[in-house]
Amino acid sequence: MIPAEYYLMLSLALFTVGVIGVLTRRNVIIILMSIELILNAVNINLMAFSRLWSDVNGQVFAIFIITDAAAEAAVGLGIILAFFRNRETVLADEMDLLKW
Amino acid sequence: MTVDKILFAFFAALAVASAILMITRRNIIHGAVFLITTLLATAGIFLLQSAEFLFVVQIILYVGGIMVLFVFVIMLVNLDVTMRLVQFNHQRIVAGVLALVLAAQVGFAFYMGRNLLPPASREPMPAKNTEAVGAALFQHYMLAFEIASILLLVAMVGAVVMAKRKV
Repeated sequence: MIPAEYYLMLSLALFTVGVIGVLTRRNVIIILMSIELILNAVNINLMAFSRLWSDVNGQVFAIFIITDAAAEAAVGLGIILAFFRNRETVLADEMDLLKW
Repeated sequence: MTVDKILFAFFAALAVASAILMITRRNIIHGAVFLITTLLATAGIFLLQSAEFLFVVQIILYVGGIMVLFVFVIMLVNLDVTMRLVQFNHQRIVAGVLALVLAAQVGFAFYMGRNLLPPASREPMPAKNTEAVGAALFQHYMLAFEIASILLLVAMVGAVVMAKRKV
């Protein structure tokens, strides 16, 4: 059996890649996809601890996280569509209507 | 080296490599395809952790649902102009270094606490995984389940309102 530390390390690697994607990319769609990656890293952690204690509760929480990810993707992509229709851009650093 | 270690190494390398490719590609469609690869590799990891139900949910919901939504939106908003611009913002170096520092901190915490983890339980997971998840979901987590369904309803209405041409 694979020790839980391996899963934690894999989850940390995916989380870091996701954080770098959120902080450095300009394209909003890539930023949303990186957020999905971060949520996936959390799911791997939950699975690892669920396996560690042979308890199914962690998997139930992972289902809730997947639900949240679906809701977030739907609303986020709707916002991107509405913004693109008004401003013709998908770059995060050009979304500065509230800045003065 | 046992079979599950080899499988874990394969899926983990696939997930991390395609995640890195995902955040560095210039073409967003390529990024989306690499994200699909990462999600499939994560599904394989779930199967290794004997979470069969989540394995299926991951493939059907993430790869089949959310990623199709992403690809649709990419096709609607994809500008050839965007592809020729600089892909990273001007804070990229500071942000990348800070993210790596964060990873090093968490990794250090893992390293210091590695002996605090309990030894892996010898007893296997409940044999009927889907039944066990369903029983927990509909008995102990009934209220949370209902709240999640209301959240999905609100998100659906919100997405329709946002994407409508005229409110």
